[in-house]
Amino acid sequence: MPEAVLNLLLIPLIKIVVLLGVVLLIVAYLTYAERKILAYMQVRLGPNRVGPKGWLQPIADGLKLFVKEDLIPGGAERFVFLLAPGLIMVPALLMFAVIPFGEPFKVGGRTITPYLADVNIAILLLLGISSIGVFGIILGGWSSNSKFSLMGGLRSAAQMISYEIPMGFAVVSVLMMAGTLSLVGIVEAQRQAHIWFVLPGILAFGIYWICGVAETNRNPFDLPEAEAELVAGFHTEYSGMKFALFFLAEYANMMVISALATVMFFGGWLPPFPNLLAGLWASPVLAWIPGVVWFAAKMGFFLFCYIWFRGTFPRYRFDQLMAVGWKWLLPLSLANVMLVGVLMLWWKG
Amino acid sequence: MSDEKQSPVQPAEEKTPAPKPPWEDKPVPPVHEDASSDADATALAAAIEGALLAADRFAGELTLSVPYEKIREICSFFKEEQGFKFLVDLTAIDWMDREEGRFDVVYWIHRHSDSKRIRLRTALPLEEPIDSVVPVWKTANWMEREVYDMFGIIFEGHPNLERILTWEGFNGHPLRKDFPVEGIDTGAAIYPDVYPPGGGPDAAEEGA
Amino acid sequence: MSMHDPLKPLFDVEEMEISFGPQHPATHGVLRVQIKLDGERIMEAKPIIGYLHRGTEKLFETMAFPACIPHTDRMDYVTSATNNQGFCVAMEKLLGLTIPPRAAYIRMILAELQRLASHLVWLATHAIDIGAITPFFYTFRERDAILDLFEEYCGARLTLNTMRIGGVPFELPEGWLDRCSAFIEAFPKHIEEYETLLTENRIWKKRTIGIGVIPAEEAIEMGMTGPPLRGSGVEWDIRKVFPYDRYDEIEFDIPTGKNCDTYDRYLVRMEEMRQSVRIIRQCIEKIPDGPIMAKAPKVLRAKEGMVYASVESPKGELGYFIVATEKGTTPYRCRVRPPSFVNLQALPQLVEGALVADLVAVIGTLDIVLGEIDR
Repeated sequence: MPEAVLNLLLIPLIKIVVLLGVVLLIVAYLTYAERKILAYMQVRLGPNRVGPKGWLQPIADGLKLFVKEDLIPGGAERFVFLLAPGLIMVPALLMFAVIPFGEPFKVGGRTITPYLADVNIAILLLLGISSIGVFGIILGGWSSNSKFSLMGGLRSAAQMISYEIPMGFAVVSVLMMAGTLSLVGIVEAQRQAHIWFVLPGILAFGIYWICGVAETNRNPFDLPEAEAELVAGFHTEYSGMKFALFFLAEYANMMVISALATVMFFGGWLPPFPNLLAGLWASPVLAWIPGVVWFAAKMGFFLFCYIWFRGTFPRYRFDQLMAVGWKWLLPLSLANVMLVGVLMLWWKG
Repeated sequence: MSDEKQSPVQPAEEKTPAPKPPWEDKPVPPVHEDASSDADATALAAAIEGALLAADRFAGELTLSVPYEKIREICSFFKEEQGFKFLVDLTAIDWMDREEGRFDVVYWIHRHSDSKRIRLRTALPLEEPIDSVVPVWKTANWMEREVYDMFGIIFEGHPNLERILTWEGFNGHPLRKDFPVEGIDTGAAIYPDVYPPGGGPDAAEEGA
Repeated sequence: MSMHDPLKPLFDVEEMEISFGPQHPATHGVLRVQIKLDGERIMEAKPIIGYLHRGTEKLFETMAFPACIPHTDRMDYVTSATNNQGFCVAMEKLLGLTIPPRAAYIRMILAELQRLASHLVWLATHAIDIGAITPFFYTFRERDAILDLFEEYCGARLTLNTMRIGGVPFELPEGWLDRCSAFIEAFPKHIEEYETLLTENRIWKKRTIGIGVIPAEEAIEMGMTGPPLRGSGVEWDIRKVFPYDRYDEIEFDIPTGKNCDTYDRYLVRMEEMRQSVRIIRQCIEKIPDGPIMAKAPKVLRAKEGMVYASVESPKGELGYFIVATEKGTTPYRCRVRPPSFVNLQALPQLVEGALVADLVAVIGTLDIVLGEIDR
């Protein structure tokens, strides 16, 4: 087999299949985890009927949604209505292409990278793709020909736009520290600096995380789908598999935000406290732990935080949300960029 | 029992059984008393001529009968002069064939300073409108709408006199005594001149 | 080219009309609110009710006095014991019955437990409307314990039918008071649990402080009663003003608010739960032995007259106005003064100019039950 075919076609294809499979599986079981964790927080049991301890619940849910009748409301704009779930699902999955899950490893003398592409402008790409997702929400809300959906769509548009800006600035401070736009590069920079960027960039992390929660429309920023006000927001009129796509996209987005937080602020696949415990991790007892495990543990923590928030917080009101975004996070993130710049100057020279 | 007969005069407590507690005895139904000497009743009689038709006290509750023509004047007198700021309730009673008017409209008002309550009761003939008291107490709005809906009493000067519990176009007024309990075929109309037949869903088909 | 007047909008702005309910997750039953929106701002709100109208007042007119009691359950189905109590108190006033003290104490215990249960439902739904889902499950855990107590006492959990004209139908089961006492002693800790989730939560405060403000005079003018009135700072409670049963022998405070807003009404209800606990504790201490039913004739015949008696339901003043004819065995007319009905009337005023999200907060804070509004 020619080397080129193997390198350029077969290995990427295998990686894509594995990645998609793993991501979709995690997303499905994230819904299970959310229901279970919320249930334990709320003194109840959660799903426990399908399979042992309800393990097969996501499968049953998926099956149910798949065979359900697909309704299109009478006054809906058919083409856009059908397009919207795709518009939100595809970017959500696309973003996983550039996220590095672990260190390159060797299989049969061949170096395999556990990520699809190490793009040198990965962060720009991610910010760009993620803002396509908002179109899916707006168009879905508008094309349903329902007032509740429309309001949900509009809320979400306003919310995503206003939170993307402080998020971008928070990311900028990471770029300044790392000196690269590549995600792999950012992790490598943290390895060389022997410090996770969360320590110098604690403020940036805070801003990033708040914006990330808002970007994914999760509690306490879940206004677009605030069920008490807007029934179900932009996906009120969706049913069956199309609804499932919206649903999966939300969880996929949560994973992306968590993964990015891990990569940018918590050293990606690096073991914890690289500066203090470097000797410990180098010891043969623990060195065998693959980076993917560390990555998954950190990402899992952030996903848990998402669920934790949902169990704890009430929901912001629309204008309050805007006020938090524009009056607090934006100036703060700008100030943070200046601060990091000054610190960098002082540090380096 | 024999002790009682022996000496009803003797005050010996050990021998006569203690008076029965009220819950072991026969109930003592309240009686009607004349209450025209009540301070608020006399104030009303003095302030507005011919406003007080009767004053009655029953079960500790003061009921003033007043003429319906002057109801708004009387109500604002009570609110502004006497301090009855709180309209507790407003409702009506249907007496079918009573001479002085088919309906009683009943106002139940409250004064916070001494927690005094007065019931104003006014007899109203059928088809006769009565002044709305919404200008006096805002809370009368929905109560009057309900009375209109249930009894068909027209309140003049009400800002928005629509049916509230039944649907617009419902035939009849359910709490009138000539409205059958089992409901009516709302298409057939017991008030055909007020509502043309065919308004509203057909209630009779389902059960009745 | 003419200049555009900067004060006028560039495009034609249309108000959006939304029918909020009757099938809507936040309207607590079948309330329908027609709202006119300018963006997210409410220009006008118009509640439309009557979807649950069953003609209960008409039905009363056909039923013997004792047969009315089960129907009172179905009005405010969240607080059926209080409804029973209201009807029985009014009937006893009409018939001149005095109920034995033990019956009065049992009634008070049941009514206060019911108040706790009702406030727990209110807290659960209010919080879930504002987006906090967890309090729902905590409060329903305690509510279930209360319903278990009810079930043990009278066999029913929701529509209790647990009072009779002249007393209560059943003696307390053995050990019931101890179980009730155990629950009451544990309950204040649970209130603290709910409060850790909400009271000092910044988002909760932001969503409730300054929302749905109604000053005291305005609240009285609108006929509001119960926690919405007390939240506006009026110390007014039927249990103190016109004590019924044996409330005059019990010590308790009336909590009031200062700022007349949703947050104060929340605090008032939380404090009311503590006061209910205090009342039940005293009742358990003081409950005397003795009969539980007054000596009432087999067939109740009223004298001609009309009475009005009210009780402090968890929602406000719940009044029963009963008109009887001479020797009548059925009410000639029985009017229920539903607190939710009167309180709901203030809704348009409370939400005018507010945002859609405030509408659900205000509906929650009024604590309405449509079964009682529509009757």
